[in-house]
Amino acid sequence: MEGLMSLCIGILFAVGVYLILSKSLLRIILGTSLLTHSVHLLLMTMAGLKTGAAPLLGEKAKAVVDPLPQALILTSIVISFGVTAFFFVLAYRAYQTLGTDDVEELRGDEDE
Amino acid sequence: MSLLHVAIIVPFLWAVLTPLLSGLLRRAHTGWLVLPVPAVLFVWFLLRIPEITQGKALRSSVEWMPSLGIDFTACMDGLGLLFALLITGIGTLVVLYSIFYLDKSKESLRHFYVYLLLFMGAMLGVVLSDNLMVLYGFWELTSVSSFLLIAFWHTRDKSRYGAQKSLLITVFGGLAMFAGFLLLYAMTGTFSIRETIAQAHDIAGQTLFVPAMLLILLGAFTKSAQFPFHIWLPDAMEAPTPVSAYLHSATMVKAGIYLVARLSPVFAGQAEWFWIVSGFGLATLVYGSATAIRQTDLKAMLAYSTISQLGLVMSLLGLGSASAFFAGAGDSLLYAKATAAAVFHLINHAVFKGALFMAVGIVDHETGTRDLRRLGGLMRLMPITFTVALIGTFSMAGLPPFSGFLSKEMFFTAMLNVQRLDLWSLRSWGVVFPAVAWAASVFTFVYSMIVLLRTFAGKLQSDKLGRKPHEAPLGMLIPPVVLASCAVVFGLFPNLLTYSLLEPAMAAILPDLLAQGERFHVSIRLWHGWTPEVFMTIGVVLAGAALYKLYGRLNVLQRPKTGGLWLNRLYDGGLGAAETFAYRLTARYMTGSVRHYLIYIFVFFGVALGAALLLSNGIRFDTSRYAPVSFYEAAAALFMTAAAVAVPFANSRLTAIILTGAVGYMVTLFFILFRAPDLALTQIIVETVSVALFLLCFYHLPKWKKETARPRFKLFNFLVAAGAGAIVTLIALGASSGGAFESISHYYVEESYRLAGGKNIVNVILVDFRGFDTMLEITVLGIASLGIYALVKLRLDPPLPRKPAEA
Repeated sequence: MEGLMSLCIGILFAVGVYLILSKSLLRIILGTSLLTHSVHLLLMTMAGLKTGAAPLLGEKAKAVVDPLPQALILTSIVISFGVTAFFFVLAYRAYQTLGTDDVEELRGDEDE
Repeated sequence: MSLLHVAIIVPFLWAVLTPLLSGLLRRAHTGWLVLPVPAVLFVWFLLRIPEITQGKALRSSVEWMPSLGIDFTACMDGLGLLFALLITGIGTLVVLYSIFYLDKSKESLRHFYVYLLLFMGAMLGVVLSDNLMVLYGFWELTSVSSFLLIAFWHTRDKSRYGAQKSLLITVFGGLAMFAGFLLLYAMTGTFSIRETIAQAHDIAGQTLFVPAMLLILLGAFTKSAQFPFHIWLPDAMEAPTPVSAYLHSATMVKAGIYLVARLSPVFAGQAEWFWIVSGFGLATLVYGSATAIRQTDLKAMLAYSTISQLGLVMSLLGLGSASAFFAGAGDSLLYAKATAAAVFHLINHAVFKGALFMAVGIVDHETGTRDLRRLGGLMRLMPITFTVALIGTFSMAGLPPFSGFLSKEMFFTAMLNVQRLDLWSLRSWGVVFPAVAWAASVFTFVYSMIVLLRTFAGKLQSDKLGRKPHEAPLGMLIPPVVLASCAVVFGLFPNLLTYSLLEPAMAAILPDLLAQGERFHVSIRLWHGWTPEVFMTIGVVLAGAALYKLYGRLNVLQRPKTGGLWLNRLYDGGLGAAETFAYRLTARYMTGSVRHYLIYIFVFFGVALGAALLLSNGIRFDTSRYAPVSFYEAAAALFMTAAAVAVPFANSRLTAIILTGAVGYMVTLFFILFRAPDLALTQIIVETVSVALFLLCFYHLPKWKKETARPRFKLFNFLVAAGAGAIVTLIALGASSGGAFESISHYYVEESYRLAGGKNIVNVILVDFRGFDTMLEITVLGIASLGIYALVKLRLDPPLPRKPAEA
C-alpha cells in the first residue's frame, strides 16, 4: 500500500508543480492545492498505513494507528486552508484591480 | 596615554573644533586657526631628536580591544620621527600657503581644513602606530581624507572622477594589505610590528610568508603609485595645489614607502622581496620619467615626476634589503648605503617637490593656466618664484650644489654596487640596474629642464594668458622659499641630517646589521672625488641637454599627448566591463517572471535533494512492512491520480476546478480508509468551501480574457515537474521503508485517557498534549480572515487604469 501511495504522492506533486509553472493565476492556486494534498498524504504514508483501528479509545482495539501524524495533518489542513483562502481573495482583487490573471503580465517596471 | 598619543589625536580634535571656531571668528581666514597645530607638533617632534639619536624609542600603549590583541600602541623610532617631521613640517608650510592660495569668500574653507586635519592626524597615526590593525585603520583614513580632498571642488566632473579612481585603487590595495596583515598575524600571533620583527627568522620559511609579502606589497605599491597602479596619481591633480603639494608629493604617496621600510626587517634578505621591490621600483622610475616628458600640463608633469622619484626610492629600499642577507658580514654595510640613499632622497624629494608644486600653484594662480604651451617668459615678472623653481628643478635633476645631487650620487653608487652582489642571479642581471638608472636620470634631467625653461624662459605670450602675471603675495612665497632654502642647505651641509635623522632611520630599517650599542655612520660629502658616479652625472647632463634640444626641435611638446593612456583605458574599460557584466548577468536571470524563479527553486530542490539522497544512500525500497493493497484502495488511488493528471489537460477552468475538487474528495476517502475520521471530516468541509471559493474566482474573471483554449503543453515545465515528483516519490519510499526508531505515539495512546481524560486521541493531542500548535493555528486563521477583510474593504489606491487587451 505504501508503495502505491508513494507513487500517487509523486504524481500529485508533479501535477501540482506543473500547474504552478503555468501562466494563469487560477491554475497556480489549483497547483498549490494539489501540492497540499500530496504533502498531507505523504505525512500519512510515512507513519505507516493500516496498522490498527482508528485512534479512538472507545473502540477497545488491540492496536490503533499512529495518532500523531493525524494531529499534524489536521493542523496543516487548517493552515493551508487559511492561506489558500487569502490567496484566492488576493487573486480576486488582482483581477478586479489589474484586469488580468496572467502572471507573465504581472511584472514590475522595466528598471525595477 | 602619552604625549605621543596626544600628538596623534590633536589634529582630529582640532578637526572637530575648527568648524565651530571658524563660525565664531568669521573675519579671519580659517587657515590661521589651523596653522598652530602642525607648527606646534613640528616643534615638539624636533625636540624629540636628541632622545631618538641616542637610540631610545618612545613607546606607550593604550588598551583598545585587548581580547583581539589590538592596542593603540604609539611608538616612535628614527623612521617614525623622520616621517612625523615631514608630515608636520610640510604640513605647516602647506597650511600657510593655502591661506593665501584659497579665497576666503569663494571656497568652503571649513571643509578644506577639516579634511586636511583629518589627513594629517591619520598620516601621523600611520607612521607612529606599532599595531598593524591600528596602522591599517589610519591607512584607510588617509585614503578617505585624500578622496575628500581630491574632490574638494566637487562640482567638477574631473575632480569626482579623480577622487573615485584614487579611492578605488588605494582601497583595493589597502584591503590586500589588510589580508597580508592577517596572514602575518596567523604566523606570529601578534599584531605588534616590533614583536613581528622579533619573530622574523621563524616565519621566513612558512607557506604563508610569500602570500603575506605579496599582499602587503600590493598595498604599498597602490598607495605609493608604483607601476602599474600609478594611474590614480595624475588624475588626483584635480585637487587644489596645496593638497597636491602635501598629499601627492610629500606625505601620502610615501606611506607605501614607509610601509616597505617599516616591514623591511621582516621580509628583507629574501630574494622575492629584493626582486619585487627593486624591480617594480626601477620600472616605475623609468616609466614615470619617460612619461613625464610628454605632458603638457605642469601638474601632470610633476605627478609623473613624483611617480618616478617614488620608484627610485622604492628601488633603493629593495637594493638595501640585500644587506640583510649578509647580516653581520663586513660587506653588509656597503649595501646598506642604498638604504641611506633611499632615506636621504625621501627627505630631498619631499622638500623639492613640495617647493615645485607650490611654485606651479603660484604660476597657475597668477597666470590662470598650467598649460606649458601657453606659458613662457615669466622669469622677469616672477623672479622669486623663478628662483624657487630653479632650485627645485636643479635638485630634482640632480645637479650640484643642491641636495638632489647628493642623493643622485648615492643612488648611482647603490646601483653600481649591485654588480658586486653575488646572489639571486644578480651576476648576470646586475648590469641592468645602473644602465636603467642612468637612462631614467637622463629623462629626469629633460623634464626638469622643460618645467623650468618652458615656464620661465622664452617669450611671454600675453595674449594667451587669462590675466596679467605678476609676483605672488609674500605669504604665498614664504613656504616655497623655505623649502627651497632647505634644498640648498641640505645640499651644502648634508651632515645636518645624517646624524639627526638618517642614522636613526636606518637603524630602524636595518636593525639586524648592528650589534647592541653600535651606530651607523653615514657620511655624505658634496665632493667625493672623481668617482664613476660623477662621470655618470656628467653623462646625464650632456645626454639630457642633447635630448632636450632634440625634443624642442621635434616639437613633441606641441602634441597634446598624455602618457599612460593605455593603462587608463584598461582601467576605464575594466570598470565599464565589470559594470556591464554585472548588469547583463542580473538582467539575464532576474527576469521578473515568477515562472522563471519557480523553475530555479524547483530545479534546485530536485538537484539538491536528489544529490543528498544519492550520497546518503537514502534511496531504499523495502516492502516488508507494507500494508496489503485491496482492490477498493487501488481503484481509489487510480481515480485520484487520474483526476489529478487530468487537471492540466482540462479545456476550461470549470473542468479544472471540478477535477481538483474531485482530488480533494478522494483524499477524504483515503483518510477514511486510513482510519482518520477527524481528518476526513475536516477535509470534506475544507474541500467544499475551497471549491466554492474557486468558483467565486472563476465567476469574477474579466470577461474579455476568458480562457477557453486548451493550455499549451510545455516540455520543460513537464520535465521540472516530473523531476520534482520523482524526488518526492523517492523520499516517500525511503521514509516508509522501515523506520530508524520506534514512534513515540504509544505514549499518547496509553496516557490519553489517564492524563487528559479524553478518548479521541487526535483531539487530545490537538488541545492538550500539543495545544500550542492549535493556538497558533487559530491565530493563523484569524490573521487570514482579517487580511481578507482588509483586502476587500480597504481601497486606498485609486484603481489603476486597465490596460487595453493585448492581442
